[in-house]
Amino acid sequence: MTMLSTAPATELPGARAGARPGALSGLAATWRRLPATAKAGAFLLLFFILAAIIGPEVAPYAPGLQTPLANEAPSGAHLLGTTATGQDVLSQLLTGIRLTLELAFWVGVIATALAVLFGVTAAFLGGIWDELLSLLTNVFLVIPALPLLILLLGLMPGKGQLPTILVLSGLGWPWGARVIRAQTLMIRNRDFIAAARETGEHSWRIIVFELIPNEVSLIAASFVNTVLYAIGASVALAFVGLADLTSFSLGTILYWAQSGNALQQSYWWWFVPPGVAVALIGTALVMLNTGIDELGNPRLRDVRNATKIAGRRIWPTDPTPVVGAANGHRGKLASFLHSFSRGSLLEEEPADQAPLKKAGELR
Amino acid sequence: MSPVLDIRDLSVAYRTPSGDVRAVSHVNLSLSPGEVVGLCGESGSGKSTLAYGATRLLRPPAVITSGEVLYSGKRTGSPVDLLQMSHHALRQTRWADIAIVFQSAMNALNPVLRVRDQILDAIKAHEKMPKADAHEKAASLLDLVGIPRDRLRSYPHELSGGMRQRVMIAMALAADPEVVIMDEPTTALDVVVQRDILAQIVELKERLGFSVLFITHDMSLLLELADRIAVMYAGQLMELGSSAALKDSPAHPYTQGLLQSFPSLRGARRDLAGIPGSPPDLRDLPKGCPFVPRCGHAVDACAEVDMSLIPVPGARAAHVTACPIVLPGAAQPAPASAPAEGALS
Amino acid sequence: MSDAPAPSAATPAGVTSAAAGHGPLAMEAIGLSKDFRLGRGKTLHAVRDVSFSLYKGAVVALVGESGSGKSTVARMLAGQERPTAGTMTLNGEPVHLSSGRAFRRFKTEVQYVFQDPFSSLNPVHNVGYHLSRPVRLHQGRDVDVQQQVTALLEQVRLTPAAQFAPKYPHELSGGQRQRVSFARALAAQPKVLLADEPVSMLDVSIRLEMLNLLDDLRKRLSLALLYITHDIASARYFADEVLVMYAGQVVERGPAEEVTQLPAHPYTQLLISSAPDPDNLGSVLKSGNSAARAGGTAGGPAAVGCPFSTRCPLADDRCRAENPALHQLTAVRAAACWRLSEAAPALAGGAA
Repeated sequence: MTMLSTAPATELPGARAGARPGALSGLAATWRRLPATAKAGAFLLLFFILAAIIGPEVAPYAPGLQTPLANEAPSGAHLLGTTATGQDVLSQLLTGIRLTLELAFWVGVIATALAVLFGVTAAFLGGIWDELLSLLTNVFLVIPALPLLILLLGLMPGKGQLPTILVLSGLGWPWGARVIRAQTLMIRNRDFIAAARETGEHSWRIIVFELIPNEVSLIAASFVNTVLYAIGASVALAFVGLADLTSFSLGTILYWAQSGNALQQSYWWWFVPPGVAVALIGTALVMLNTGIDELGNPRLRDVRNATKIAGRRIWPTDPTPVVGAANGHRGKLASFLHSFSRGSLLEEEPADQAPLKKAGELR
Repeated sequence: MSPVLDIRDLSVAYRTPSGDVRAVSHVNLSLSPGEVVGLCGESGSGKSTLAYGATRLLRPPAVITSGEVLYSGKRTGSPVDLLQMSHHALRQTRWADIAIVFQSAMNALNPVLRVRDQILDAIKAHEKMPKADAHEKAASLLDLVGIPRDRLRSYPHELSGGMRQRVMIAMALAADPEVVIMDEPTTALDVVVQRDILAQIVELKERLGFSVLFITHDMSLLLELADRIAVMYAGQLMELGSSAALKDSPAHPYTQGLLQSFPSLRGARRDLAGIPGSPPDLRDLPKGCPFVPRCGHAVDACAEVDMSLIPVPGARAAHVTACPIVLPGAAQPAPASAPAEGALS
Repeated sequence: MSDAPAPSAATPAGVTSAAAGHGPLAMEAIGLSKDFRLGRGKTLHAVRDVSFSLYKGAVVALVGESGSGKSTVARMLAGQERPTAGTMTLNGEPVHLSSGRAFRRFKTEVQYVFQDPFSSLNPVHNVGYHLSRPVRLHQGRDVDVQQQVTALLEQVRLTPAAQFAPKYPHELSGGQRQRVSFARALAAQPKVLLADEPVSMLDVSIRLEMLNLLDDLRKRLSLALLYITHDIASARYFADEVLVMYAGQVVERGPAEEVTQLPAHPYTQLLISSAPDPDNLGSVLKSGNSAARAGGTAGGPAAVGCPFSTRCPLADDRCRAENPALHQLTAVRAAACWRLSEAAPALAGGAA
């Protein structure tokens, strides 16, 4: 946080509230400060997580159970219709959500751990280690991901959950590593790291207890990004047939739908639900990430809060608004409606600070 | 003589979800032609906010909640209120009439543009002239601040700190302004360069006739440099008077405390103590005078003070203070009466 | 405390340190130099042959502008930078910081306080954590950490301690944070404290209080204090001995009062005359007298000869050719200048 800036800073004078790690009250305070998109994303994701946990238990049928009712549109017995072999799409969907989320979660954990390991080590050690690790990272980034994934997974003996997790993690860490390395380089030069050395701390303690806690929001954002990547990549791989086609992940449902000509035959209930599920989970993750970004960079939140003053949008190049004048622009109806809004609360003079008029200055 | 810049009853607040933070409260300040007025204060004083608020350069969530800023220069005729001006008119007034030298030249100069291009930008924004004339004007501006002409082709990082600050000053003078606001222009520079640059500013002021609003926390500098000094604390004016008056008979405990905060190089080695306590938290100001938590003279009546500026009894020139209790020449209180331990900074 | 100052190799030109009378010798810098390699074969001589001694209970000030090398000297003494040449001694023994363990042992004796109160504390840890770590590391396992932390907070006058220990850095003012930094350094119970511009980023009105606190700690704990600053006025107020640095070299040294009241070296004289003077209202600045600009600022330090020769009004050919060494003026004062008889006629006459 620098104190220098060209135009006058919008840093508020006085102490600024920051994130309080650990305490439960800290968590509640953090939640309150998130923007609406992040909260919506969190709820949406929570819905899918619940679906993943209890879904397969409450599914009406076993997902692989074949019935004579093939290609049936949604009905009372099959809420999302059936596949070409009479399997219940809803049950498959619920299983699929669990399998896909499980896979994506594990890929997120492993790949983020690798990203932190490589990124922090490279930045902290510097010198030849940084060069080598950066080279490794850059090589992985440059190689086209999907062909490589296809190649690697094709070479694997099995194509089930575990091999897919391994392959996706192995190729999913470089982007996060780069970002974390950049952040670590910035933090490493800050005085409190040097001060920890002055205190006599060992290097590993400095990395784990002084450095990484300052990167928590970045690591969280990186995790969410990786989960997003894993969902997209696993669905793509399954779609081209590189998965355990006897399982029912969202991707394999789509594979079977495609090979059963569902699109051409307009069996929309077979491919739309898994497709929408993938899209919604992805959207939820992205929305959640905007909130995490803000936690890591409080300036973004100030910008979000600051763009509307007295009901009008203020652009960065506008001159500082003068509050008295703004009210004149609003018509009677608009003023009446505005008086119900939270914004109007901010315009009233606080009761305990009546305007203090000063005597004119003597010349 | 009517003032060239007259700030009346200006208040600036920062809108936050938890309420308004009053960064500047009802400040009156005026600037006469050819005058150097010093604006002195520490963190939370609102001195920069005042200057940038008056020229409407503050970004959201800052809002101006009261007052008017009247500018009456040669170009405008009758006084105009900056706070009522349209964006278009403001853009013309800024720089041509009121220029600003920012605090950190390294951050205020564009690192990827050559010095020449940045000065030309400032010139072209306010005057239409053929390219050759503009170049000549840019070169003559550098002459004005004592930088060799060949530095026009340099990038900011190739210049020393002192030179960069001089380039900022040259740019500020590009449109021949009547008021130059300087925000801590020499804080990041060493004392030798600082004295050089200040001497340069005074010389230019004599030659070109502009007024200067000089913002700094360095009171000892203002005592040497400024004609009048305004002392701010927690967004309010505490004292205003000529530098001689403030030096000889400071009438506000805060000013007295500030003067006690600068160890002197010449003369006897005094035992100094500064001011106990912490800088003010603008979200949590006490009623009445904001300086009460740190004031050795504070009494119960201080919570009722309405902070209007009253003339100092017995003062020669216009010297006003917001403290109706302490008289000039009152002795500093003994340390025993300093505020309780919990308030220590 | 001994009467006679300890003999030391760090007193060039036979000059005794003005700080010597306060206590035994704690730490010495002998001929320290530091070069930084810049790109394209150029080398920056940040520090050139700097020597001085730190005595327990005394304050030595290193005064200079940015680029003078004073911070680099402090970092070398703290063990953060390795000197290109020269040695340091601690308690009479030469300092070898070859291993991590040697470094950590060194840290129990020599502590460094950072300049910027806003970045020297980790924003995710509270005050109690910041202080309990060095207590645990330096005071062994049997000690009552809580009690020690409370004692430290009381030492730097952050009371009531129980109120401050759970606070996070963003909840403290700049002055309070700097006090926590002092406490953290003191937790290691060092003999030597290296304070690099400890108050220059604080509000003016609280600077003196912080310096008074440092002074108080110095007296009570018999610390050997190195005070780095660009503000020579505060050095006069606070230090026993002042060393003025220019372009990586010590150009003058002596008791703080004498150096500031009767400067011998032209650079010191320029510094003193340039500093704002609250007692001088009829100053040339107001009248805009440009002739007052002494020497101007054209030209950086010279690469050959005396570094100040590019700006010095007294510079002659010898100054531009040969770099002067510190020349003794009195028993406790020295200056590095060929033209001392003109620059400081009152002192140069008594030179040995």
